[in-house]
Amino acid sequence: MSTTHEVTFPITDPQEILKLRAGDEVIVQGHIIGIRDRTQVRIFDQGVEPPMDLSGAFLLHTAPGVRKVAEGKYEKVCIGTTTSARMVRFTEPLGSQYGVRAICGKGGFPDEAIEPMHRLGMVYFAIVGGAAALETTQIEEIEEVAWEELMPECLWKFRVKDFGPLTVGIDAHGNSLYHDVQARAQEKLKELFARF
Amino acid sequence: MSIDVTTDLQHTVEDAAAHLYVWALKDIPQDLRDALSDARALETSVPGKRVLETIHRNINIADSEKNLVCQDTGIAVYHCRVGEHFPLHPARIYEGLRDGTARATVEHPLRSNAVHTITRENTGPNIGYRLPIVHWEFIDDWDGLDVKCVPKGSGSENMSFLKMCVPADGVKGIKEFVLESIVGAGGKPCPPGIVGVGIGGSADYAMYLAKEAIMRPIGTRNGDPLVAQLEDELFALLNETGIGPMGLGGDVTVLQCHIEHADTHMTLNPVAVNYQCWAARRASAHIAPDGTVDFDREF
Repeated sequence: MSTTHEVTFPITDPQEILKLRAGDEVIVQGHIIGIRDRTQVRIFDQGVEPPMDLSGAFLLHTAPGVRKVAEGKYEKVCIGTTTSARMVRFTEPLGSQYGVRAICGKGGFPDEAIEPMHRLGMVYFAIVGGAAALETTQIEEIEEVAWEELMPECLWKFRVKDFGPLTVGIDAHGNSLYHDVQARAQEKLKELFARF
Repeated sequence: MSIDVTTDLQHTVEDAAAHLYVWALKDIPQDLRDALSDARALETSVPGKRVLETIHRNINIADSEKNLVCQDTGIAVYHCRVGEHFPLHPARIYEGLRDGTARATVEHPLRSNAVHTITRENTGPNIGYRLPIVHWEFIDDWDGLDVKCVPKGSGSENMSFLKMCVPADGVKGIKEFVLESIVGAGGKPCPPGIVGVGIGGSADYAMYLAKEAIMRPIGTRNGDPLVAQLEDELFALLNETGIGPMGLGGDVTVLQCHIEHADTHMTLNPVAVNYQCWAARRASAHIAPDGTVDFDREF
């Protein structure tokens, strides 16, 4: 059965990740980092070092809607989460080179994320895609932004309170809800097709 | 004088479009709220219930904070039903829709998603070459204009599929392709949503019809009883797949399945799937020839 955890990021103790199991509910406190396609292309394909510490970090797949209030200072307008699957190839280097511990997005990662997450002690958190009105209220402040020229696909640092509820989609023990749901659905399709 | 009538009506269309775009993004229609409530009552899986409960909280917060339901302001798609006696030419209606979309984007402000398809550079406030997209329908012996705005998010639009089945595949081929597509899409298009299916016509027209299918009020049925029966059948089958809310497993994979069809060539059997996410945003207005606008009208 599902357990509920509260985890504060960035984490320092890897046990915090290892205790999470696929299907569990998680509420997040502390600081999370917003990142998207172009941000990760810059880090890994163009080899630019990110100007923020990603060790123990929680990354959120987002391109926030914001309002500029001063130089380098932004207010939230509407912050939601994008489809993760496009960015799965960055999972391994985010964990091995930068020590990222959690990646949060919507729709899940394909199976190629399972092995690196298992080996490196990382988790994938499923958020409810489209639930941006709620997500925006759980982000207390945009504390930092880097690479503003990539707007809105910058590197963002948000302070959050009671961020969630999230579901552990892929845990650090080799389990993936997405893999299991897909395997069962493929079996079901065979059964349905046999009826036609 | 006719010049003034034209100018005024074009401004009316622009105002209506600006209102519809923001309204659709913030206040989801009642039929969708009802369908999501039914889903919440029906779902038995733990992650599925958690997702539907969160969606419910999100809709209430969007209402109370007057914020957007989802951050993806989408690509602006309109469906226009133009009466043959409506005194404004579609060219001017299009201009009004485009200007209204741009104005809403700048004034609110809304995130602008429009980019050049090669350079990926932004082309304007949710407008660009051939953006917004308009579906036209012309109505005999009528003097009104119906406008429906459907901001279409990319997460669900990316889960679009076309297969040129052969006639020998029959309806069985259509059913198999729709089921395979939705299972393959998994959690990516933000289920549970509306599966739009276009069958018949040509390759391009099947996809066009699939988009029209997702724009319909939830649970409405195709006028052709054979097609309506296929809608019922596919709706039930899709919810047997177990994909569940946000692909985390569960009983509710889709809120509805709508099908639009066209007659086709004897050797063609096209089937297109267009997905609309759970935040199936939609807002409509009726514009009378004297410029009176009724925003409550649904079609």
